Amino acid sequence: MKISRQTIMLLILAAAFFALVKGLQFAGVLNAYWQLVLDQALVTVIGALGLSLIYGFTGQFSLGHAAFYGLGAYTAGAIDIVYGNGNIIFFFVSILAGAALAGLVALLIGLPILRLRSDYLGIATLGFGIIVKVGMDNANKLIPVLGGATGMSGTPQTAHFDLIFILVLIIILLVRNFVFSTYGRACTSIREDEIAADIMGIDTTRFKVLAFVLGCSLAGLAGGIYAHRYPFLHPASFDFLKSFDFLLIVVLGGLGSMTGTIVTAIGWGFLMEVLRAVLGENFIDWRGVIYALILIVAIILRPQGLFSGKELGLLLPRPLQTGQGKERSHAGTGS
Amino acid sequence: MEHVMEQIINGLQLGFMYALIALGYTMVYGVVQLINFAHGDVFMVGAFVGYFGFAVWGLPLPLAIVNAMVICAILGMVIEKIAYRPLRYAPKIAALISALGVSLFLEYFSSLKFVFGPDYRVVPRPIHEVHWHILGIPITNIQVMVIVVVLVMLLLLQLLIYRTRIGMAMRTVAVDHNAARLMGVNVDNTISLTFAIGSAFAALGGVLYAIAYPQIQPFMGIMPGLKAFTAAVLGGIGIIPGAVIGALIMGQVETLTAAFISSQLRDAIAFAILILVLLIRPTGILGRSQTEKV
Repeated sequence: MKISRQTIMLLILAAAFFALVKGLQFAGVLNAYWQLVLDQALVTVIGALGLSLIYGFTGQFSLGHAAFYGLGAYTAGAIDIVYGNGNIIFFFVSILAGAALAGLVALLIGLPILRLRSDYLGIATLGFGIIVKVGMDNANKLIPVLGGATGMSGTPQTAHFDLIFILVLIIILLVRNFVFSTYGRACTSIREDEIAADIMGIDTTRFKVLAFVLGCSLAGLAGGIYAHRYPFLHPASFDFLKSFDFLLIVVLGGLGSMTGTIVTAIGWGFLMEVLRAVLGENFIDWRGVIYALILIVAIILRPQGLFSGKELGLLLPRPLQTGQGKERSHAGTGS
Repeated sequence: MEHVMEQIINGLQLGFMYALIALGYTMVYGVVQLINFAHGDVFMVGAFVGYFGFAVWGLPLPLAIVNAMVICAILGMVIEKIAYRPLRYAPKIAALISALGVSLFLEYFSSLKFVFGPDYRVVPRPIHEVHWHILGIPITNIQVMVIVVVLVMLLLLQLLIYRTRIGMAMRTVAVDHNAARLMGVNVDNTISLTFAIGSAFAALGGVLYAIAYPQIQPFMGIMPGLKAFTAAVLGGIGIIPGAVIGALIMGQVETLTAAFISSQLRDAIAFAILILVLLIRPTGILGRSQTEKV
């Protein structure tokens, strides 16, 4: 297998980032609190990349992403509580189970509802998210360990920065390879024009479902990791407001751009915490107001998002050839 | 049987209130194809302004309602001007994100202590609740008031849209902005006006909601907003009678589920029905399926 120069550069960049974080840890700048913020931002990167596949690259409007994130979190958490004992093997088994369950549910729900278009699809997925939330609120009636509306705690906290970072890196590489494969190209063509893609011989249903299942599995995976890094799961953490968080990360980052999704996911994760630190006790009530204003101003200034359709060279599988960046510059016109 | 009738009347009351909110969603969607997520929060502001009107400033109820409607109409126009107009010809999703931002802004700004404050407020009843039995059906005067007021408003709206020049302008803009402009319609003003009317209806809904379910707080608009929006989609978004039909269905489903099945499953069943309806009719009950041109 030949590893391209881009991949090597990406790995070097990742190693540099890793070294920087380790340095900050060593210098004591990065305390436990900010480490948790960073870890959760990285988890969000995985979930947001999932939505990026579904909406950014395939153009299927989903407002129920947090439901799959929650399904993954609860599945992984419950498996590890019941069977695991803090063993790292159970970490992997449970997060994969979470991803698999989220993917399976996505397949079952995706097959019928992906026939819907744009806003109607959005609202159907939103409705699905609310149904899942109601399910989580009442889950303890069937399976007591899930805790229901009072939340679930006790998942072994086996995830830590090193592990999460490596997982994020693997996911980024996998998503990149998918997007630039023929499968990914098929998905992008559906986003640009579904009818044209159909005429070109692309099985649009199959690729829409594929992107949806993969994206939702990533959300499930992210949820599973979240359960192992944050000891308390509550249905309210996975309601439609959380889905909107994923949506605005993908849109503000720029549709059809992994770079944008990754940068915005991390930035957005830190924004609320930085605001908390900056505002202090007296003005903490203003945090939501400022957050909302930043959101409005950002989208008015950059309606197409930060990196619409563009990628950092490192995230391309091959060096950029002339015109290759142009062809995807229409990203973001879909809805 | 009486219990069933009572629940149906409750559902009717809820459905008519959803209809008031759903109208704003559907009208705005009709003219600018935007899911105005901030609409539920305009409803909340309407409830608060109405509450301040009749409970704090001591205005008579009709005046308090008109006051809330005017303030929310202005609020709606300001929101459109600041947050949506710059994005009108940007990708649709940008305006949607902006709408989410406005929604969060209204919620958090209202929660500030010098605005409405974060706590629940109990709304004193501006009129005494009287229980009647009409033809054996138990009904309260508040329910009668809600249903009558909403029906009158719906009639007025129907007249406005189909019998006036403003309504004609709105229908024209809904078809095509550029063609409307060529026909001499002031598109910006028409869109502004649509937001104003939609927001005024939401405010009316808010005040009635605060009277019927007397407890208000800054995040109260989220769920009714979402339900009303769902109702609009259920009926076929952009179509005014569709919004009313969808809202009445939502109201009944919700109340009957809560009464006879389980109050916890209320939302799940309401949205499950939405998904089922969309699978059978992908553009809603009254929605026309559009043939896509290549």
